[in-house]
Amino acid sequence: MDVTDLTACRMRDALRARDLSAADAAEACIEAIDRLNPKVKAFLSTDAPRARRRAAEIDKRLDAGEDVGLLAGVPVAVKDNMCTDDGQPTTCASRILQNWRAPYNAHVVERLLAEGAVIVGKTNLDEFAMGSSTENSGFEATRNPWDLDRVPGGSSGGSAAAVAARMTPIALGSDTGGSIRQPAALCGVVGMKPTYGRVSRYGLVAFASSLDQIGPFGRTVEDAALLLQATAGHDERDSTSVSETDEPVPDYLATLDEPVAPLRIGLPREFFGEGLDPEVERAVRDALAVYEGLGAELVDVDLPHSTDYAIATYYIVATSEASSNLARYDGVHYGHRSSDHTDMIDMYMRTREEGFGDEVKRRIMLGTYALSAGYYDAYYKKALQVRRLIRRDFDEAFETVDCIMGPTSPTAAFRMGEKTADPLTMYLSDVYTASANLAAIAGISVPCGFTEAGLPVGLQILSGVFTEERLLRIARMYERETDWASRAPPVCEGAS
Amino acid sequence: MALSRDEVLKVGTLSRIRLTDEEVERFAGQLSSILDYVDKLKELDTRGVEPLAHALPIHNVLRDDEPRPGLDPQKAVGGAPDSTDTLFRVPRVIDDGSSA
Repeated sequence: MDVTDLTACRMRDALRARDLSAADAAEACIEAIDRLNPKVKAFLSTDAPRARRRAAEIDKRLDAGEDVGLLAGVPVAVKDNMCTDDGQPTTCASRILQNWRAPYNAHVVERLLAEGAVIVGKTNLDEFAMGSSTENSGFEATRNPWDLDRVPGGSSGGSAAAVAARMTPIALGSDTGGSIRQPAALCGVVGMKPTYGRVSRYGLVAFASSLDQIGPFGRTVEDAALLLQATAGHDERDSTSVSETDEPVPDYLATLDEPVAPLRIGLPREFFGEGLDPEVERAVRDALAVYEGLGAELVDVDLPHSTDYAIATYYIVATSEASSNLARYDGVHYGHRSSDHTDMIDMYMRTREEGFGDEVKRRIMLGTYALSAGYYDAYYKKALQVRRLIRRDFDEAFETVDCIMGPTSPTAAFRMGEKTADPLTMYLSDVYTASANLAAIAGISVPCGFTEAGLPVGLQILSGVFTEERLLRIARMYERETDWASRAPPVCEGAS
Repeated sequence: MALSRDEVLKVGTLSRIRLTDEEVERFAGQLSSILDYVDKLKELDTRGVEPLAHALPIHNVLRDDEPRPGLDPQKAVGGAPDSTDTLFRVPRVIDDGSSA
């Protein structure tokens, strides 16, 4: 069998039993990337020689009987908005950071290395994680492995596509308004946004600091649990990272196969309204029937502010924070500086004109406008008030249900170019996901079937803050009854 | 609400982003339609609702004020487009009086 067909957990078992070497695992991924990446364009950069050296070192330590960590020898991909000081660039898919090399590792990168992972490359994204299709990358658009004429979703489209096309078994992404869950749904993989504060943001290039959260991609819930286990926990360099006295990191893998019973599932009618594709709705309803068959109770809940109002709130809060965070790209501290300028202000303005793409410019301008004198109360303050209403809706719902379910995305993967002309239609791709970031709660997308055209559909499950352990168990209950994860996309066929 | 050309240019300047005429036109239309959408929020009665900037409680995180190793200064400026040893180099900011 092909090594790339193994999930990260099975690969880990084989590596520990010494039935598989880290060198062979790395080589299989490097070979898959060489073969598939020209078509899928999931990676912005790879460093095969470094991955080979690292794998050889892990093999040596495993052979010596050392405990090398949770991910000993497992190849991992990292979204290119997380800092790596290994000589690979950290670009955020922006021309303004083209060829920029970070002087330190992100906390999650340190964690991966401490747990023995082999980082094989950095994946593509919408520039600065702003977008829902990866078409806003300043370098190239990633393709959906299930249909190369369609988008993989975004902004973590590169990580989702890399895992779907089996170039690496697991990958890290970041989720500010749905940027892990939506591409996971569109690419037919598992993607999780942990609770805000569960995973340190140190070294994650900031987009919207009160919303950004790093999380795992895998082909199975177990693999997502493994990668979350390896990266979760307190880090004093992120002041919003939760203390382990308050919220210890549970052993996610130990309890994964314990079903949650009784299980009350909340169904917000707002998540099944206008704009939802009938094929997506059918797949999600079939998944709910599976839960009913397992003894779960389905309960109607109301999240009156969690769709249209959440998108409106999100695009004020996220852009306002972005306008401040991205002020640092000034042609002085990082990356690109315009060579043609008359004075300091002109240098800033030309540098940012040349370095940023359209979507980043739009969002910086929108956020600047929302925060500017005379508009602050009407936009920013109003959005923060509605944010509280969104949080209250979830608090009330979670008093009566264990989790909330619905579609992750209103449609399956759309065609390249279909939504690029109208930013607002693109924003509505996040209509079911953005509220979880505003409320800081945990969410996961798991594959729940395919459309007639063979495109994957994702089931979104949301649960309260710091309930990842239970959320993973709920997701696993469904996964065990289905075999969606065993299907490989057409681009992988003829692999061996 | 429709943004005028002048408003877009002003926001561009506040954002430190130079805009071409074509971009001013395009962004005026796009930003206006996004703002129209956002105006939905005005339908909601939020009188007396406390704004929520962070959805989880956040605290000041303090440590003892003792020196400890930080990022090496050469490394810190190493990614800059123009630097000298441990300093960022920038275009002249203060007018030397020779120009009007």
